[in-house]
Amino acid sequence: MKKWLVGLMAAVLLAATPGVAQEVLTIGVRSEASSLDPHWTQLSADLQVQEHIFERMVALDSASQPVPGLAVSWEPLDDTTWEFRLREGVTWHDGEPFTAEDVIFSMDRLRGGISGAPASPAFTLEKGGKTWEMIDDYTVHIYTDGPYPTVAEDLAMVPIVAQHAAEGVTASVDFNSGQAAIGTGPFMFEEFDPGNRISVVRNPNWWGGDVQWDQVIFRPVGQDSARLAALLNGDVDMIDYPPTIDLPQLEENPDFAVSTIPSDRLIYIMPSYRHVEEFIRDNDGNVMVPNPMRDWRVRRAMSLAINRDAIRDRIMGGASLPTRNIVPPGFFGYVDDLEADPYDPEAAMALLEEAGYGDGFQITLHGPNDRYINDSRILEAIAQMWSRIGITTEVDAMPRNIFFSRLIRGDELTMPGFDVPEFSVSMTGWGTVAGEATYTVSGTLETYNAATGGGNGNFGRYSNPAIDARSVLAKQTIDPEERLAILQEAIQIGMDDYAYIPIHFQVNNWAMSSDLVHEPRTNERTLAIEVNRAE
Amino acid sequence: MAEFILRRILQALLVLIVMTVLVFFGVNVIGNPVYIFASSECDQACLARIIADLGLDRPVWEQYLVFMGNLAQGDLGNSFTHGVPALELIFERLPATLELAVMALLLALAIGLPLGMRAGLKPNAFSSRLIMGFSMISFSVPVFWIGLIMIVVFSVQLGWMPAVGRGETVMIFGIDFSFVTFSGLHHLILPAFTLSLIMMAFVIRLTRAGMREVLYSDYIKFARANGVRERRVLSLHVMKNILIPIVTVLGMEFGGIIAFAVVVESIFSWPGVGKMLIDGIAVLDRPLIVAYLIFVVFMFVILNLLVDILYTLLDPRVRLGAASA
Amino acid sequence: MTDLAQDVPGPRTSNFRLAVRRFLASPTAVGALLVFAFFCVAALLAPWIAPQNPYDLAQVDILDSLLEPGSESFTGMTYWLGTDGQGRDMLSAILYGIRISLMVGLLSGFFALIVGTTVGLIAAYRRGWAETVLMRIVDLQLSFPTILVALILLVILGRGVDKIIFALVVVQWAYFARTVRGVALVEGSREYVEAARGLRLGGVRILLGHVLPNCLPTILVVATMQMAAAISLEATLSFLGLGLPPTRPSLGLLIANGFDYLQSGRYWISVVPGLVLLAIIVSANLLGDRLRDILNPHLRR
Repeated sequence: MKKWLVGLMAAVLLAATPGVAQEVLTIGVRSEASSLDPHWTQLSADLQVQEHIFERMVALDSASQPVPGLAVSWEPLDDTTWEFRLREGVTWHDGEPFTAEDVIFSMDRLRGGISGAPASPAFTLEKGGKTWEMIDDYTVHIYTDGPYPTVAEDLAMVPIVAQHAAEGVTASVDFNSGQAAIGTGPFMFEEFDPGNRISVVRNPNWWGGDVQWDQVIFRPVGQDSARLAALLNGDVDMIDYPPTIDLPQLEENPDFAVSTIPSDRLIYIMPSYRHVEEFIRDNDGNVMVPNPMRDWRVRRAMSLAINRDAIRDRIMGGASLPTRNIVPPGFFGYVDDLEADPYDPEAAMALLEEAGYGDGFQITLHGPNDRYINDSRILEAIAQMWSRIGITTEVDAMPRNIFFSRLIRGDELTMPGFDVPEFSVSMTGWGTVAGEATYTVSGTLETYNAATGGGNGNFGRYSNPAIDARSVLAKQTIDPEERLAILQEAIQIGMDDYAYIPIHFQVNNWAMSSDLVHEPRTNERTLAIEVNRAE
Repeated sequence: MAEFILRRILQALLVLIVMTVLVFFGVNVIGNPVYIFASSECDQACLARIIADLGLDRPVWEQYLVFMGNLAQGDLGNSFTHGVPALELIFERLPATLELAVMALLLALAIGLPLGMRAGLKPNAFSSRLIMGFSMISFSVPVFWIGLIMIVVFSVQLGWMPAVGRGETVMIFGIDFSFVTFSGLHHLILPAFTLSLIMMAFVIRLTRAGMREVLYSDYIKFARANGVRERRVLSLHVMKNILIPIVTVLGMEFGGIIAFAVVVESIFSWPGVGKMLIDGIAVLDRPLIVAYLIFVVFMFVILNLLVDILYTLLDPRVRLGAASA
Repeated sequence: MTDLAQDVPGPRTSNFRLAVRRFLASPTAVGALLVFAFFCVAALLAPWIAPQNPYDLAQVDILDSLLEPGSESFTGMTYWLGTDGQGRDMLSAILYGIRISLMVGLLSGFFALIVGTTVGLIAAYRRGWAETVLMRIVDLQLSFPTILVALILLVILGRGVDKIIFALVVVQWAYFARTVRGVALVEGSREYVEAARGLRLGGVRILLGHVLPNCLPTILVVATMQMAAAISLEATLSFLGLGLPPTRPSLGLLIANGFDYLQSGRYWISVVPGLVLLAIIVSANLLGDRLRDILNPHLRR
């Protein structure tokens, strides 16, 4: 009892002692990191915490473009060999030197499979049939099956762990305890208290220079409004995903600041191209043959009927970027002259009339309600807009735990078997994590092909040989300019055909107390190294 | 007694099996967690590999048998999300929930008892009517709504209370507790008060009823007649008589508090098991959901058993197992 | 409280009159009844009195979103309670929300009553192992917190009005079963039932014709309380994202959706439905309280 009192008093005294002012940054985050094992998942919530501790050979700048990380340079030696030169003089948090052996170990660990990992980045190493070899302590060669341009982008998704700390440990568990959470990054593991907080402390020996924070604390606050409340009353210094509805007030409030950047996440409407669709009916409730979605005029009409500016202003608090592109501005593959469709309900109705659907029809629009920013509200707004041009739209919004299973595979009860996307028209999102469009084109526009992995996100089963040819070619073209031209052609063809209907890019927002400045990132991650005290 | 306990345990096992079957097959029908986690660039082969690695490609009944086999050895499996043994996660986060629940219980008693006694002593006074009105409202108002209002009023508008999370913890007997630090207590008050409201209504009503019953009983009249001072009459006789029913009801309602903690924890981002359950449901973390349920069933069986035993100790007229005659 | 009237033939009319008189004697109870009846009528008439059909998306305009109470739309309609983030008229949304909340409460209460009463009567009448098994199930059901059982059921079942009603019936039938069995056991030992047995009336006839009517007052009390609990539980589950689909919001969902706007000062989106919900639950509970005092001598003292 007495010991306990003494301890308490000591703690109080310690906290009260002026000493050296500790620079502590507390960040309220929407989703908690599920693990500190950087090979465990690909979730932004996980990566953003892990990136404080672990680094990659190739880092991504705030616009998701590859920049030197643990590798200082890379270049193709021939069509199938890439040489990566590693940074010398880097040490792990425990003082051991970082060498090419750690890089080889990390890639081998991924290739061997992380047992139990729900979304390990191992697949990025499979792409192009990569193999690797250590040339010397600071040189690594990566070999591919054939010409393969995006090696650096892929390696930006491969965190490097310390061989001496991570060899033989239990995946996830030993990282969460801190035992294997030894990285090279600007911060070192301090504590992982699930559900409550994760804290990291300054790495005094970081190769990147002085680190401005002594301690960074992540607190998960799932409720949007509670997270904002925590910022407003000073529980936390900064939050991600402030409720968009409160953005105008936050911007006006002199005590708080907001940082903003377009995200790499495209929100779009995906029509389904099968001949008969369950959720598309004529006004009498009969299934329609042919499926009206197969007529590009109908798809264009649906796009023209969407008032993207109203969605931005009324729902997104001004924080969205209406578009007809599939990657955001600044990304490799962005097409300058693809402008967001204007809001033109008259033209939309004329197009429907021309296509023979002047009386309209009925659809059910499916989408998630807890995945994207304001997703269910966007769904309802689009349903309002389509209903006005005669396409009577019902919204079926569901939690992501149901939505994605049905989107990808359909309802296994009603459709036993496999691989049958269920929805006829759905709203979903696509994040271009690699900072360039090759796999966005391949994933969303190429014909679905389970064997090659083409069209893996093409749940509408759109198919266009002109795009397929270009997509396959782009994946093998190393010359950047040539590849850019091919990609832009493919995107132009797809968007002119309204293969799917882009709504907008999400805009990432952070809110913080006004004594902080933050350089925002396209890829949604919150990194303490990019937050500074305002001058 | 031994037979009674044994029967209770067998019943619990039955409930457990029914629950696991329901949840196991139910969660499986909803969807596949791999699709929630997968990166957009994870292609068909990549998805298939992960699904196989987690054993989700096998028939559900087969997965269930494997699960039950492991369960028999005390292994509830690893959380899909965290890769950590599910049971470990539960025990890690249980202290936070218990702390919240016990604090709510204490608040309910500390506020409910005096209010209830007052209402029982002077049933027609204006203050007593106010008290009963309060108890009616706190019994009726949905917990989540009052929680949200509390955050808006006390943390956002007034800025008196932290809105989210748990304060600093101190390790006592190897378990982290937060009620011993100022920041911990500060964080604890709002969620605990929100959680205590329903229980408080119970306490007020029970105390009032017990109070009235006792006040009109002969021995109190006798005690008064003998000149025992009012305060003493109250404190000794009345308290002794009304505490027994209150303790038993609270014992049974404690389970309800733990259950409602699910709601309060998700509003206040309190890192307890309830929030863990909600998070687990959102990503279909089946091992976590099942483990939580098994744990809860287990806890309730123990709790009910304790209450039953307590009954026999408090009131010899209750014979255990009489109901099954 | 010996009520001689109960043992005389044809006592129910006078009992009923007495009950009504005692009910009317309490202004609180009458007030509660009026409030509750008001909301019931409002819910019933919602399609005719609501200015807008909130489910018809062609009538809702996003450009009218977040208007304050009393604002006017482009078409000259007045939004008496303002609009939500979708441009939906809050008054209409609340009226339809009451409709859904009350429907869920009443239907789940009704089905739970049917199931629970049947089980309770069977248990009281059959005795023996049937009673043991049934009552064990009831005990078990009652020993688990309703919210947890409903939550798990909804995780498995998914969302929808039918599903939430089913889940609520599952968690509530046991209350009826236990209460009805208790009353039925008492009634069953009364002379008139003995007399009926003596006349060799069939078991079912005795149960339905003699025992059940005498259980009705108690059932009514439990039903009122359970309905209030069901409405509250539905709101809570919907808040947790497990109850109703968000496109046809009940009061609970309206509150949850509106909470996001609370901090930016748009109080009307969350507070008004909250107050309506509170008024409904409080009035139902007050009614239940009063009915219990009047109708149920067993619980009264």
